[in-house]
Amino acid sequence: MRMSDRLPVLSIDGLSVRLPTGSDRLHAVDNIALSVGPGEIVCVVGESGSGKSVTAQAVMGLLPRELKADAGNILLEGENILGCSPMQLRRLRGKRMSMIFQEPMTALNPVMTVGSQIAEVLEIHTTLSERERRKRVLDMMSAVHLPEPSRLINAYPHQISGGQRQRIMIASALALDPALLIADEPTTALDVTTQAQILRLIREMQERRGTGVLFITHDFGVVAEIAHRVVVMQAGRVVESGTRDEILQRPKAAYTRMLLAAVPSLDAPDRAPKSGPVALATERLSKTYGLGLGMSHAVRAAENVDLMVRRGETVGIVGESGSGKSTVARCIVRLIQPTSGAIRIGDVDVAQLPESRLRTYRRHVQIVFQDPFRSLNPRRTVGASIIEGPVNFGLGRKQATDRARELMQLVGLPPEALSRYPHQFSGGQRQRIAIARALAMEPQLLIADEAVSALDVSVQAQVLKVLDDVRRRFDLAVLFITHDLRVASQICDRIAVMLRGVIVEQGPTADVFRNPRHEYTRALFDAAPGRMTQFGAFAVST
Amino acid sequence: MLGYILRRLAATIPVMLIVAVLVFLMLRLTPSDPAAIIAGDNANTEQVEDIRRRLGLDQPILTQFVIWMSEILRGNLGESFFFKKQVVELIADRIEPTLSLALFTILIAILVAVPLGTLAAYRHGTWIDRFVMGFSVLGFSVPVFVVGYLLIYVFAIELNWLPVQGYQRFSTGVGGWAQRLILPSLTLSVIYVALIARITRTSVLEVMNEDYIRAARAKGQTEGKVLVRHALANAAVPIVTVIGLGIALLIGGVVVTESVYTIPGLGRLTVDAVLARDYPTIQAVILLFSLVYVIINLLVDLAYTFFDPRIRY
Repeated sequence: MRMSDRLPVLSIDGLSVRLPTGSDRLHAVDNIALSVGPGEIVCVVGESGSGKSVTAQAVMGLLPRELKADAGNILLEGENILGCSPMQLRRLRGKRMSMIFQEPMTALNPVMTVGSQIAEVLEIHTTLSERERRKRVLDMMSAVHLPEPSRLINAYPHQISGGQRQRIMIASALALDPALLIADEPTTALDVTTQAQILRLIREMQERRGTGVLFITHDFGVVAEIAHRVVVMQAGRVVESGTRDEILQRPKAAYTRMLLAAVPSLDAPDRAPKSGPVALATERLSKTYGLGLGMSHAVRAAENVDLMVRRGETVGIVGESGSGKSTVARCIVRLIQPTSGAIRIGDVDVAQLPESRLRTYRRHVQIVFQDPFRSLNPRRTVGASIIEGPVNFGLGRKQATDRARELMQLVGLPPEALSRYPHQFSGGQRQRIAIARALAMEPQLLIADEAVSALDVSVQAQVLKVLDDVRRRFDLAVLFITHDLRVASQICDRIAVMLRGVIVEQGPTADVFRNPRHEYTRALFDAAPGRMTQFGAFAVST
Repeated sequence: MLGYILRRLAATIPVMLIVAVLVFLMLRLTPSDPAAIIAGDNANTEQVEDIRRRLGLDQPILTQFVIWMSEILRGNLGESFFFKKQVVELIADRIEPTLSLALFTILIAILVAVPLGTLAAYRHGTWIDRFVMGFSVLGFSVPVFVVGYLLIYVFAIELNWLPVQGYQRFSTGVGGWAQRLILPSLTLSVIYVALIARITRTSVLEVMNEDYIRAARAKGQTEGKVLVRHALANAAVPIVTVIGLGIALLIGGVVVTESVYTIPGLGRLTVDAVLARDYPTIQAVILLFSLVYVIINLLVDLAYTFFDPRIRY
């Protein structure tokens, strides 16, 4: 419907990109077709390894050396990209097609001012003088609603916020009014409220300029917010494509249906209050940084945090980056020492215990971290990682190994896998191993610090299920830290919302979700992408 | 920033003090008796005692240290036993050749190694990369004197392009000065080329996978500018660190190179002083080298802030 009578900005036809020999499959993308019309936003959705990023790289002519496009056409306004010389490609990049990336911190050169990074595009493709370039940069910076452009123009990336960085990227990408913008997960690394603003900005810029957008994402919430049309990819193939409503409301392919069903709903089910003994209680827990000599101002990372988790209960801490939720987790595990307040594990206050006496309590509290690629020692077998804790606490190697085998089965992995190394597992499998490692200590309290945030939705659903199973089985108290409201709504009995180190609202999940009282909580819900769309219900427990 | 520099300069005082104590003790802890050395083989006990008294060696050790330190702070480094000259004069006389050699060496090393390392990283896995890495291993493993004599044989004796050895003062003509520095500097720079090329390759390689490199290419930037403006600028900090370390380590290389090319510099002075057990000279040279080391470290730290705006003191 959308300007389909006009020549598409981008049309990909029969594209195949071959993987190096020895990979798990022959092609990174296999005979795919898609098109983007002028002024149209086409979302490419898929899980990691689906080939969506490779598609984007192929369009930009930026495939890594070991990948080769070996069939098909990529037409940018009718010109075949695959037939272009490197020099012709350079002329197209930045001018007629441009790209923004997932992580605006790493996509900006840290040693150049943001102004000069926007100006770089103009320097490459135009003959403008330095003065004219500066003026254009300032105009672009205002266009993407950056405050005080004349001051920010000389800032370095680390001096501005994540949202501002992505605005800089967008300004740089759109400086020459390209026909095609490729956005590769541009909001994945951002907080929900920032994400909502950036999505609005992309939409605004694209509408005003008539840019065609190829928007790559794994997040169906984002799809619901921004897409005109959707292309679903799996293992290098296009599974299904159609308008947004077709895909979200009437998906035909089984894979699409499975993906949609795995998206946790924002409707929190009612849950019976738990009445087990209190496993963890914090009282006025505070952590202040920068009280040392020569520090000009103190940062209150957590202030007067009161939390309580019963055995068998999952309590969520929800908040954006910098809200202090991870600080609280680290204090409770005593990876860092709180400045003041009490942390009661059972009936002992561990907040200020010296390391020598703390050791006994360490085993009662275990933590699972966000990034499964960095939380397992790559040089040790997963078995060695799992039994290390129990053996430190005096369990025999034989018993510890037997227990590790049981735990592996419990988290859905074969016991034989104990002798393998972390790199031989996928992200979801590693996260299960991290859970098994935590359980090996027989803790009373398990802290999951963004433990499913780095995982694809379908894998996320599985890991959440494992977490819920072990909670029930061992009558664990679980403190679940997340920025993802959808996940929180499905797994938490109660949630606490944190903002700038303070809990602004706390209560049973269903109550908070249905009647958020604090304005920040309401802002969080308003920003949640796809809140108007009902995804397939997925509930782990009641 | 200025406060930081002042604080760092102040911090050099305790470091230098510790060095001074060690240097002072070195003389007292050695088995040989300086008075006996000065007196010579034919002196009798009385003469030795006399010299000992004159040098103040019969005083308590703390008194000796205080006297020694106050002399040094006044710029008096004592008189050389061996050269029978003021040590300050000796050093002033020998510093120009060494400084010239060091500067030439570092300049050659940087100009050759940084482009070479960057190219190797850019053409990662190709024969260029393997060649640079191979050269690097070779550069590490061949001793300085072997390289020195090899270069002399090829360029001075066989080809007769450059003088075999010796040094000509800068004041007597830039041409002759530079001509005589080329071979020694090349010799000395081999290991630094190896070192700096290697670290450049590693750090550039690491940066080449960063998103901002992809982002620069996505803007249509040329490969040359991607490499220099984006990759090298971000890889600079480790490279500068190694260059700083290299300059500090240069001191060792200078000793051998100056001997091979008979350059009358500080390295030769050190060797001669050690062989003659000329303690005042040895002490002075050690103090000087330590000071240089400390200052280079400071300069390297300051260079970080120039290359990386995220580093602020």
